[in-house]
Amino acid sequence: MSETWAQILIIICVLLGTVTIAAGLIYVERKMLAVWQQRSGPNRVGPFGSLQVLADMIKIFFKEDWIPPFVDKKVFILAPTIIMLSILMSFSIVPFAPGLVVADMNVGLLFFLAMSSLGTYTIILAGWSSDNKYALIGGVRGAAQMISYEVFMSLSLMGVVLQTGSFNMTDIVNSQKGLWNVIPQFIGFVIFLLAGIAETHRLPFDLPEAESELVAGYHSEYSGMKFGMFFVGEYLGITLISCMIALLFFGGWLGPSFLPGIVWFLIKMFAFILFFILLRAALPRPRYDQLMGLGWKVLLPLSLLNVLVTGAIVLLNS
Amino acid sequence: MPEKTDILNSLKTKFPEAVLCEQPTRDEFHTFWIDKKFIIPVLGYLKNEPGLNFKFLFDLTAIDEQARKYRQGQPESTFTVVYQLLSFERNEFLRLKVGLVGSTPSVATASTVWPNANWYEREVYDMFGVKFDGHPHMERIIMPRSWKGHPLQKCHPARATEMGPFHMPEDKMLGEQDLYQFKPEEWGLKKTSDDNKDFMFLNLGPQHPGTHGILRLILQMDGENIVNVVPDIGYHHRGAEKMGERQSWHTYIPYTDRVEYLSGVMNNYPYVMAVEKLGGIEIPDRAKVIRIMLCELFRISSHLVWYGTFAQDLGMMTPVFLMFYDREKLFEVIEAICGDRMHPNWFRIGGVVQDLPNGWEGLVRGFLKYMNPRLKEYDKMVLRNRIFKGRTKGIGIYNTEEAIDWGVSGVGLRATGFDWDLRKRMTYGGYDQFDFDIPVGSNGDCYDRAVLRSEEIRQSLRIIEQCVNNMPAGPYKSHNPLTTPPDKKFTMYDIETLINHFVNVTWGPVIPPNEGFSLVEASKGLNGYYLVSDGSTTSYRTRIRTPSFPHIQFVPYFSKGYTIADLLAILGSVDYVLSDIDR
Repeated sequence: MSETWAQILIIICVLLGTVTIAAGLIYVERKMLAVWQQRSGPNRVGPFGSLQVLADMIKIFFKEDWIPPFVDKKVFILAPTIIMLSILMSFSIVPFAPGLVVADMNVGLLFFLAMSSLGTYTIILAGWSSDNKYALIGGVRGAAQMISYEVFMSLSLMGVVLQTGSFNMTDIVNSQKGLWNVIPQFIGFVIFLLAGIAETHRLPFDLPEAESELVAGYHSEYSGMKFGMFFVGEYLGITLISCMIALLFFGGWLGPSFLPGIVWFLIKMFAFILFFILLRAALPRPRYDQLMGLGWKVLLPLSLLNVLVTGAIVLLNS
Repeated sequence: MPEKTDILNSLKTKFPEAVLCEQPTRDEFHTFWIDKKFIIPVLGYLKNEPGLNFKFLFDLTAIDEQARKYRQGQPESTFTVVYQLLSFERNEFLRLKVGLVGSTPSVATASTVWPNANWYEREVYDMFGVKFDGHPHMERIIMPRSWKGHPLQKCHPARATEMGPFHMPEDKMLGEQDLYQFKPEEWGLKKTSDDNKDFMFLNLGPQHPGTHGILRLILQMDGENIVNVVPDIGYHHRGAEKMGERQSWHTYIPYTDRVEYLSGVMNNYPYVMAVEKLGGIEIPDRAKVIRIMLCELFRISSHLVWYGTFAQDLGMMTPVFLMFYDREKLFEVIEAICGDRMHPNWFRIGGVVQDLPNGWEGLVRGFLKYMNPRLKEYDKMVLRNRIFKGRTKGIGIYNTEEAIDWGVSGVGLRATGFDWDLRKRMTYGGYDQFDFDIPVGSNGDCYDRAVLRSEEIRQSLRIIEQCVNNMPAGPYKSHNPLTTPPDKKFTMYDIETLINHFVNVTWGPVIPPNEGFSLVEASKGLNGYYLVSDGSTTSYRTRIRTPSFPHIQFVPYFSKGYTIADLLAILGSVDYVLSDIDR
């Protein structure tokens, strides 16, 4: 019985923890961008503007949640919930520390890939149901981008899977005790990183919402908390991808024993979150066809090669 | 002058009856009155004749002559259409005038000779009601389509209080909204392609984050590819030219600041220069150098805004914040000198407002020292970025010939490899005394235009440094009686200055009847003011020729076949300001 309670406690902790981190990222991102852009960032609400998130949340909850009369109402409401659901579901396979995992599935990695595919629906449905040309263009771009990058994302992880011989996340982390995967699987890491940015459609790969071209892309017509769900969904996505990078390539909770495993995990996760924010501050946005070209012409052959070479080495070693 | 006989004689040989007379003006350019029947052949001849080569239609406008007092010696006319041509080879301007009489004035269209006459003629029709026969799209361009009357006619009221109260009942509002509905047939655009696919018509603007102001572009698209672009302008129209007829010569200066609102005093410059030509005022050296220094400071300010927003159009988030920070530093210097930041209204007829403040050198030198390393950093961050290059190289290409045909000036012209900067070629205000280079591109694409602007910032810094090192001593205002306001320190000692002070401040200066024209190489291109004085305290006609107007007209021509993302890059690289288009 106590095991069930412990499991429920873990679920609640993971749920609250990830949502809190995602919300907190709003502040972190604004502050860090400000540091890199020679300005102050939020500094009025609370000490160092730390209560800005709270203010933002209050604002977004009380904002008029307007549904334009011309939209396809059911789909319009459904779309933002999918991204929240699919990403939160993905967190269930993330082992934050040994044993601290909601579902230690033996197909954990496949489950993550399946869930991130579901996220595509958010963009397509939001873009389609809005009945707005900008939203539609954003939706179509997003669909093409995410479906393409899913291919390389899965392929880039196959090297890791081949080396470990398992789809289980705990096994993958434990297999890195000697050497982090980032060294033997460097190409896989780079491809996964790029695909991860594309999956979360963050700058520089934010083409579905490219604000200077498409106003706000697929979520142009959204307001209030529905918009907020896209927003939090994006930060949840960053957190998830950072978690996955830390787990798959940087040894998850592994680290010198003077700090507990979960702290090591969080340090690695936040490092990658900051990296995502820095990317946003530093890079321009490629054109749509350039992004697709990079994917199909460079990343696909590279990831296939990676699988091939890893497979050959694994075969030789066995 | 041998050149003068050249134009006039060759015109008279070719078209014996075309030239009615030559009108003397206060600027250094010729003005010929041409018979209405011959104007199109004459324009074609001037453009294509090897010895003449007036390839560039600089401006096309009109004057309503109905309230004119002093026009002795000029042919009869109710509406005069004015063509201003520029020849790069001869390095001179030429003004042609066609007098139109009757209640429905019309003249043949020049859009068969120059493609950029299209918009100018629509503007003349919109503002004066002069029709152009054979024009492909004789519709209003700036005023709303429901507008009654033609604003620049002398009988049209200039103030809202002369027009009766304004009402917008429900049905009128709906009617107005219907007029903004885009109907592709009106523009000769098809709704479906040849293979029976529907085109998408995307309304970009007037409220859109990528258009930098209230510009509306209607895109005909096939997927993400642009088939055609129809710009719709006029949302930023404030009637700056009409205001020129109500304000005194002196009180119009603040309006010019806001015509191209990023370049502040650089807009004052062509205006006050034109008034000074009309009044025959000589400017002391110190005032000249002060003017150049401030113009170049504002060129940097304008280019910094462009640099940041262009990067932002391409999805780069950071540069705009850094460059606005630099601009803030620059504004601190400008504020210390002028007392205001964006629109200091600092030039005066006959000089500048005040002498430079104590310690100005330190401020300017401080900025120079600060700015150079920052530019290096931006080169690294923006221009050398591979994604940036990928987005701009080979995008939005046009060649020199097309640029000249469409009236493109400034960086847009120089990026095609044509080395022509007014400051070097037809120098004004003392620019010939300065040592600076004109950056020239070669490909005429977005990337070249970007590199050129960043290089222009460096050249401006060089000019400013020379201004600081060699600032001449002496008065900052001319002693001419038309200088407004005259130097205050003499008013209590000599009666002349006191009288001038009184008259110029209460009524405003009276400028002798004549006409004059002056232009500068502004941050966006050639910016010119053509002023007609009728011997009064106000201008009879103020024509503002702005660079952005022809540039935006040119955009559809060279943005076909690219994607929306490229269009935003192209718009950014053109560097326009909405108030500069609509005035």
